[in-house]
Amino acid sequence: MPQQRKAVALISGGLDSLLAARVMLEQGVHVEGINFFTGFCVEGHTHAIRKKDKSKPKRNNALWSAEQLGIKLHIIDIVEEYKDVLLNPKHGYGKNMNPCLDCKIFMVNKAKQWAEENNFDFIITGEVIGQRPMSQRKDTMPVISRESGADDRLLRPLCAQNLPETLPEKEGWVQRDKLFGFSGRNRKPQMELAAKYGFEDYAKPAGGCCFLTDENYSAKLVDLWDARGTREYEMDDIMLLKVGRHIRPTAHYKLIVGREDGENKFLQGYKNNFITFKTMDCPGPLTLLDGVATDEDLMFAARIAARFSQGRNSENVTIEARRTNGDTTTLTVKPMPASEINPEWYV
Amino acid sequence: MAHFKLDARRMFCPMPVIRAQDKVKELQAGDTLEVVSTDPGALNDIPAWSRINGHKIIETRNVDDEFFVLIEVCKS
Repeated sequence: MPQQRKAVALISGGLDSLLAARVMLEQGVHVEGINFFTGFCVEGHTHAIRKKDKSKPKRNNALWSAEQLGIKLHIIDIVEEYKDVLLNPKHGYGKNMNPCLDCKIFMVNKAKQWAEENNFDFIITGEVIGQRPMSQRKDTMPVISRESGADDRLLRPLCAQNLPETLPEKEGWVQRDKLFGFSGRNRKPQMELAAKYGFEDYAKPAGGCCFLTDENYSAKLVDLWDARGTREYEMDDIMLLKVGRHIRPTAHYKLIVGREDGENKFLQGYKNNFITFKTMDCPGPLTLLDGVATDEDLMFAARIAARFSQGRNSENVTIEARRTNGDTTTLTVKPMPASEINPEWYV
Repeated sequence: MAHFKLDARRMFCPMPVIRAQDKVKELQAGDTLEVVSTDPGALNDIPAWSRINGHKIIETRNVDDEFFVLIEVCKS
């Protein structure tokens, strides 16, 4: 009996990686999944924070995919290592701050290391030629194989027939004629294959699975770096960029205004890291001040915070400004009218 | 067999899953691990991770805004 070969599959939680792994299982390959957490993954975080999303089922799609496939899934925290990918992408950024090609090279390389450590024979991904404008093109596929170091141990089951033979095909570990030749942005072949395998409830992310492809998120990230004069960031920075309205009335501080109860509660957890503003005489959001502020700035910021409270049309609103050491000051301010809020302040 | 606790509060999924996964690697079959999280997603994600990796879920519960998952480690 031939030796059962082992493949590690990059599982994003989307349909393509689910199908790629399923195709390999059908060929008798032992498959285990690997999923990387960069900190910018759309999965989970915002759903957990925003109260309006609380009624949605909370499911990690990578775990769901693995469960559908009946395979193990290894989730790897790469937040620290990923900083270099984001800050110094050899192949540059996409439309926003998304270093997609470098990201894919990095992840395949990590999967290759994992495969070597765990005696796996090859790596599979759900990539399809022409599916993504930056990282999934015919000319970038060999770049990923080469620069990740995976070379011909990287197999893309969904588009393998459009690419040169890989080691698993040459060695007969998998049958090339049972792989696929998908290409382009048309999702119909994948949807047909999903139907054939009986996958129905798979994830259909409208804006991709990474915040770095999002124009608004990328603008906030660049603003953060510009304001600090350095491109360093920590996990809390990444998280806070996903939450609230970000308003920068001046270069030396910005405000993060909660948009609903879930966000207010989340921002409350940062009260010892930032100056906070809370309305006292009417319902209103929690507002964080990120930066340095004079007493004059505090009054100005409090007026903006009051603007987003239910007292916005009142003559005055009472706001408690709390410093990070716990000292509080009560401010009575006139809420800033909408006409005084410069649209350019919104990050 | 020993009982362990993991504080994954103020983390958002998948971090509680990753922390649980890393802790389980250090444990022996029969050990139990109680994970406490403030992300309600942990109530689905940690059991899902446990099922696909062959560990047993003894209990899930929430108390106010904290979510508890008790895992029994099984090693194949």
